[in-house]
Amino acid sequence: MLDKIGIAKRIAQEVKNGYYVNLGIGIPTLVANYVPDGMEVEFQSENGVLGMGAFPFEGEEDADVINAGKQTITTLPGASFFDSATSFGMIRGQHVDLTILGAMEVAENGDIANWKIPGKMVKGMGGAMDLVASAENIIVAMMHTNRAGASKLLRKCSLPLTGVNCINKVVTNLAVLEVTDTGFKLLERAPGVSIEEIKNATEGNLIIDGEIPEMNI
Amino acid sequence: MINRTVKGVEEALEGVKSDMTLMVGGFGLSGIPENSIAQLVKSGVKNLTCISNNAGVDDFGLGLLLQGKQIKKMISSYVGENDEFERQMLSGELEVDLIPQGTLAERCRAAQSGIPAFFTPAGYGTEVAEGKEMRNFKGKPHILEHAFNADFAFVKAWKGDEAGNLIFKGTARNFNPVMCGAATITVAEVEELVPAGELDPNEIHIPGIFVKRIFQGEKYEKRIEQRTVRKRE
Repeated sequence: MLDKIGIAKRIAQEVKNGYYVNLGIGIPTLVANYVPDGMEVEFQSENGVLGMGAFPFEGEEDADVINAGKQTITTLPGASFFDSATSFGMIRGQHVDLTILGAMEVAENGDIANWKIPGKMVKGMGGAMDLVASAENIIVAMMHTNRAGASKLLRKCSLPLTGVNCINKVVTNLAVLEVTDTGFKLLERAPGVSIEEIKNATEGNLIIDGEIPEMNI
Repeated sequence: MINRTVKGVEEALEGVKSDMTLMVGGFGLSGIPENSIAQLVKSGVKNLTCISNNAGVDDFGLGLLLQGKQIKKMISSYVGENDEFERQMLSGELEVDLIPQGTLAERCRAAQSGIPAFFTPAGYGTEVAEGKEMRNFKGKPHILEHAFNADFAFVKAWKGDEAGNLIFKGTARNFNPVMCGAATITVAEVEELVPAGELDPNEIHIPGIFVKRIFQGEKYEKRIEQRTVRKRE
């Protein structure tokens, strides 16, 4: 079974040379740490920066340079700043190659819910709805089940939706799954995790076709 | 040169009344018009509708207006990090319209640019689309969103000149440029106000025609919401 860092490491393998990538808050933010050195990749943050770098050294924080999680960051050579409309122009206009975000629920048809728990959590969708409505290549980073052990990969989302029929791939602590027309196709198992365990933790339709290899991380 | 300068924050806010709709720039606490917000608190205006990506934190930014119950309605994309906000919303004291961030930005830009409405895919199939006109483009559903209608826009820039030209810094730019000229009166506060001619016209982000009043803010706290650092090796 993977921890959050393991999930981030596995997703980092999906990042290709020449990609512009938008990283959501939480596990997705960690992905930047595991992209191989020397690969040409630029990270976009929807508040208005392309070419995000690491956190600043202590004493070098700048209140005017933050990411979408409101964390202080640095920029790399070639970076640029822009306004919010331009930022979402990049996203809506499909100039960003890969979007990685977290989710509370994903359904077997690619629906995603990650912005609201009615009556409980009302933080808002931020840029998530714009991202999932427009991006062509979306990977979700999430835990396979909630704290009570209930599946988060469902037949149908129970929470208010963020987007419909939009998720391509899900990487969890248990598995890598592709969202297909007929359900979640199991691609890889996390180290030490059996197919049976993945079956038990997946409520949505799970497609198991042939040998399922263990992840290589 | 048409001079857009006003003496200070008091003159800049002349005409702001209760029940008005205000646009307020910034993302989180970055690039917020600190001096204008402080003056809004001081003025005691009430029943405001605020269009702003976030609602500040409990004791800073728009959170200060929430503390005084001066806001009737918030139009935002993300309102976490604010307990008082959550309390007022769940108790029904505060009306909240949550909309996608890109849609929020574009509704500002549309107001700025004289575009009454536009279609966007963001929110299709979700509660955001409820009651809105829908149309397919290239086989994909889009929803009709309208330009905002606001009385005042309060923005913050790094440098500005007497003509109202603005230059922003870093990610403090965010929503500020798209709110300029998107309301009846745009008030820009800057860290440094210089005479006309000192800023290179090639480097202006927002031309002064979009800015009605400009002043230099008295002080900037520039609070950091999430201080994240790495150790020197």
